[in-house]
Amino acid sequence: MKLKEKLLSSFMAFEENIDLENDIHNIRNEAIKYFETSGFPHRKQEAWKYTSLNAILKEDYSIFPKKEETIEYRDIKKYCIHDIDTYQIVFVDGIYASHLSQTTHDKFDACLMSSALNKAKYKPIIKKYFNKVAPQESLTALNTAFSYEGAYIKIPKGVAAEKPIQILNFSTGNEHALMIQPRNLIIAEDNAQVQIIERHHSLTDNAVLTNSVTEIFAGKNANVDYYKIQNDKITSSLIDNTYISQDRDSEVSMHTFSFGGKLTRNNLNFYQNGSNINSILKGVTIIEGKQHVDHNTLVHHRKPHCESHQDYKGIFAEKSTGVFNGKVLVDKIAQKTDAYQSNNNILIDDQATINSKPQLEIFADDVKCSHGCTIGQLDEEALFYMRSRGIPEKEARALLMYAFANNVLNSVKIPEIKKRITKQIALKIGVQLGFDL
Amino acid sequence: MLKIHNLHAEVEGEKILKGVNLEINPGEVHAIMGPNGSGKSTLASVVAGNEEYEVTEGEILFDKSNIAELSADERAHKGIFLSFQYPVEIPGVSVTNFIKTAINQIRKAQGLKDMPANEMLKKIREKSAMLGMDRKFLSRSLNESFSGGEKKRNEIFQMAMLEPKLAILDETDSGLDIDALKVVADGVNKLRTKDNATLVITHYQRLLDYIVPDVVHVLVDGKIIKSGDKNLAKELEERGYDWLKEEQLV
Repeated sequence: MKLKEKLLSSFMAFEENIDLENDIHNIRNEAIKYFETSGFPHRKQEAWKYTSLNAILKEDYSIFPKKEETIEYRDIKKYCIHDIDTYQIVFVDGIYASHLSQTTHDKFDACLMSSALNKAKYKPIIKKYFNKVAPQESLTALNTAFSYEGAYIKIPKGVAAEKPIQILNFSTGNEHALMIQPRNLIIAEDNAQVQIIERHHSLTDNAVLTNSVTEIFAGKNANVDYYKIQNDKITSSLIDNTYISQDRDSEVSMHTFSFGGKLTRNNLNFYQNGSNINSILKGVTIIEGKQHVDHNTLVHHRKPHCESHQDYKGIFAEKSTGVFNGKVLVDKIAQKTDAYQSNNNILIDDQATINSKPQLEIFADDVKCSHGCTIGQLDEEALFYMRSRGIPEKEARALLMYAFANNVLNSVKIPEIKKRITKQIALKIGVQLGFDL
Repeated sequence: MLKIHNLHAEVEGEKILKGVNLEINPGEVHAIMGPNGSGKSTLASVVAGNEEYEVTEGEILFDKSNIAELSADERAHKGIFLSFQYPVEIPGVSVTNFIKTAINQIRKAQGLKDMPANEMLKKIREKSAMLGMDRKFLSRSLNESFSGGEKKRNEIFQMAMLEPKLAILDETDSGLDIDALKVVADGVNKLRTKDNATLVITHYQRLLDYIVPDVVHVLVDGKIIKSGDKNLAKELEERGYDWLKEEQLV
């Protein structure tokens, strides 16, 4: 049975198991109908021209995994930011793992989507926000249809979360192949502040496909600082669909570090719904082998006097492929928009590929929009310069790549993340440098 | 220390050096002068190990061993330093971090442990003060948006830190005003000992007023056509190179 048919028939079973009285019932039903018509994305669609899902859709994925209870903290420790105090919402094979988590309801909610969807006290919030910024698109609709579990984070007005919140998804080898569809909802009300770290990691060599949807709402003057760490096994694929709605004076920054996985697709969408908004999108991609990382970004400037800053850097070795598809849309009303986009790539080997496609659609006439895209090899002259000072070729190359990725790390506000990513880059490049950048 | 014998080199099939002979002993300062395109910078690059140039004939002996097969970094480990005519910008790596990396990589190649942090710091302070460098300068990205003078001063700072046996200064005077030139020359002179040597490559005699050479060579069309003492430089300044070419023809 093909995956699509399997999903459609599984939906019936899924719906039978959950409360049909739930308001979400209709949303799920509409979503599955949409997916039934649209099917999976394919390469004839412009947004998927350079990313084919064919190979990963061939697997016979389990849709409803068994509950896995043998995972302990020591199994996952190294994938967590464990040297600082954080809240942790941990899922194993898509199911909440309470013994690994630390949630809260004190000053704010950092808990489970399943509770939020089912408990009466969350009803008004769910009604106001759930599926309100995520559009009806095939993979997102598919996630909506099966939406049940994930992280629910709500920071009330004026509250600053005192420590970062980690959303961690692990998969085990219980199933031959597993498909999981986490659904996260993050709300930072007016003047609220929160830092979030999201990571997906497989603890098995079995195939894993994650189709995740995250909706983020930033209220007036709210600040959301979000980090996605993608360094999964070569048997795991991730389709990350993130939709961000920003109200006036808010700032949302998203850092995406893509160091591993079979196929990683980041659909990152910012919608600016007020003036004086700042949207920050940064990414570092370093991959090799036959890995594939695709960044598909959208910043929709809908109001005047807003900014957006996009800076994506990629280093591609061996036969790896990268895609950058960055769209900036400036509505007619969005005067004085300041939109910046930059995508720089280094191809280490002849067979590595990057497809970079900036798209600017500007309907306002008084704006500052710039974009730049470079694709190149490491600068031979710079290499000779460094080598003439006694730095061997391997280290010189590493230092240059390090330097290349450096200005993306500059904006990382959590020092532990910066330290880890710095180490990770050194590890990827296979060299130990005597200092931190 | 350095012995170049019948050196021929080319880049992309174009012959640039056509039989250069040169011998430099410890404690000496040599200058190479010559018109544009005569091969001065090529000679510097070839000695430093730039792989863009192919050595087709001849040999380069450094401390009696042939270094022709060594990479640029291996030559640096042996004590050869090239101050670039156009130092390369490396955004994202600070001057301090770059020099720390270079020093520790050289020490590693020599089987030594990393230089202790306090010793490194002391040395950086001492050498940067000698060259009148601002502290802030050290934390800036290497050569990025440096002025011409700052770039050259930074080259000499690196030389001071690395303490090479043979320093090759490729057009170090270009882009320097007279005050900066004096500081740079003063730095080079302070670094001179009886055990190290300096090869100054320059277009103009001006720099040689401050870094006084023991021997001056004239490189024309890939060959050294005349050598002499410091007065040769003065003569070249007054008369240009044409008379030498004519002398050659005769």
